Amino acid sequence: MTNMAEDLKASAFKDDVPLGGGASTAEDRRSSQRKRSPRERKARTTDTVIYAVLAVLVLALMVPFIWMVSSSLKENNQVLTVPIQWIPAEFVWSNYTDIWTRIPMMGYLQNSLYLAVIITCLQVLTGSLAAYGFSKVRFPGRDVLFLAYIGTIAVPWQAYMVPQYIMMQNLGLTNSFNALILLQAFGAFGVFLMRQYYMTIPDELCEAARIDGLSEYGIWARVILPLSKPALASLALLTFVNTWNDYMGPFIYLTSNRLWTVQLGLRSFVGQFDAEYAMIMTGSVISVIPILIIFLVGQRYFIQGIATSGMKG
Amino acid sequence: MTTETITQAPAPVHSRGNRKQARRNTLIGWTFILPNFLGFLAFTLIPVIAAFALSFMEWTSFTAPKWVGLANFQRMFASDSFWIALRNTVVYALGHVPLTMALALLLAMLLNRKLKGIGFFRVAIFFPYITSLVAVAVVWNMLFSPDSGPINQFLHSIGIAEAPGWTSSSDWALPAVIITSVWRDMGYYMVLYLAGLQAIPTELYEAAEVDGASAWQRFWNVTIPSLRPTTFFVVVMLTVSSFKVFDLIVVMTNGGPGRSTTVLSQLIYQEGIGEGKFGYSSAISLVLFLIVLTVTVLQFKIQQRRER
Repeated sequence: MTNMAEDLKASAFKDDVPLGGGASTAEDRRSSQRKRSPRERKARTTDTVIYAVLAVLVLALMVPFIWMVSSSLKENNQVLTVPIQWIPAEFVWSNYTDIWTRIPMMGYLQNSLYLAVIITCLQVLTGSLAAYGFSKVRFPGRDVLFLAYIGTIAVPWQAYMVPQYIMMQNLGLTNSFNALILLQAFGAFGVFLMRQYYMTIPDELCEAARIDGLSEYGIWARVILPLSKPALASLALLTFVNTWNDYMGPFIYLTSNRLWTVQLGLRSFVGQFDAEYAMIMTGSVISVIPILIIFLVGQRYFIQGIATSGMKG
Repeated sequence: MTTETITQAPAPVHSRGNRKQARRNTLIGWTFILPNFLGFLAFTLIPVIAAFALSFMEWTSFTAPKWVGLANFQRMFASDSFWIALRNTVVYALGHVPLTMALALLLAMLLNRKLKGIGFFRVAIFFPYITSLVAVAVVWNMLFSPDSGPINQFLHSIGIAEAPGWTSSSDWALPAVIITSVWRDMGYYMVLYLAGLQAIPTELYEAAEVDGASAWQRFWNVTIPSLRPTTFFVVVMLTVSSFKVFDLIVVMTNGGPGRSTTVLSQLIYQEGIGEGKFGYSSAISLVLFLIVLTVTVLQFKIQQRRER
């Protein structure tokens, strides 16, 4: 599986970003315009057909989002109507002001943010340090140790959640953020992703830095880190989004309401007030917006990270 | 920080210096790995090993751990809930894996062209994958509502009088979960397929065209064989993730109605954390792990044979 991931990465990086790229360059178009103009005309009609197909397809796939946003601006009794009202008859903007008092949404958002930031920082820091050790320093036992890391990635998390839970219980850490931070900040996944990237940085660079008198820590900080910004960004974004979206971790460990994350808060709101359709959708929209922003800002890093590793543990 | 470390160049020259060098490298290597390793050891590696050991022990929140050999497994194989959960997990995988794969490939082929603004379509299709699961589950639950949900309204409008009850029916709850998860995951696998498609040399298609191959023949004889490594990776990832399915089920149906959507991961949670049967739940974990391992190894073997 490891080699496969490397192959995928190689192809993905070569083509720049599979998601973002794609528009042909001006030069491309000009050269194709010069020759075979009947063919070009045929190609243009095909293009139009493709655009139409894609537009319909994407619209169909976006229906859940469209419905979510539309419902979040309705009264409860307007949500599940026959026939469906795609555009609210009357925009109920007050849903977006009321939700903050109906449930402690601000507290949930803060908790989610706190967890995601701390876990992301720790994961990126320890992950990149360990990856340097695994890829640029040679010492006996290194590869066996790395195999242990890889091995646990293959074990489903669900298979060892019970021992983890017993452990946290004995440490008295259940119902605290610390449990989640300890469980998620030292993931093998981050080490794996960073190592994959560091393997592509030529050893000669480190060699040269050693001859220039840099210590290994200096090489890590001044040579490798600046070079691995894309990989660091990938890991940071993936970790942040995974933590933000995580449901099972908080579900198992956080019992008191004041510690709840957005996901838990939203789920509990649904459980308590299952007829408040509009407000539920408002909460859903609010829980998705931070991810949307992060995704739009850093989409190329997401895609590179995925192509490198296959995401998620 | 810089002056004292000049001698560190790891070039193996003299054997005495070499040994000293090796020792120093070991020390340096460990200092890099240690911060992560401590956390990894305590909260991943030890629990993994503990899970194996626990599956041969009787241990509940009220009793001390005791070695019982295979008793947990005997009890598990005799238990109804285990077989129901296993069956549901397998059915979920059988629906989720081929559907996601086919749609991801289809989308990737549609989107693998140079068109202005194609990036937008790709991003839009990918987005569900990183949308929070709770939001996804909540929205789809409403879309699926039996009486006036948009999906059944659509089915009525195309002439299906007896629309399914989806999440409120024990026959249709699992299909509803599968549809939701396919929708959520296909953008991710589409990205993997896009990377695979872009790695196929265009000469292959040109040669096939010269030989008079139709579009369909080109798909079967060029695209599919060239994508084999990607497909292998996709199948492994999809199968593993199908057997691990957990949070989507918990949020969408919580295993119901009845036990119609209870899956293995959920059973582990209920028995282990819910009821404190640590040993018994670990036995189920071991079975889950073995299934995932077998599937992965099997697919590796198939892939190897094909390559020969």
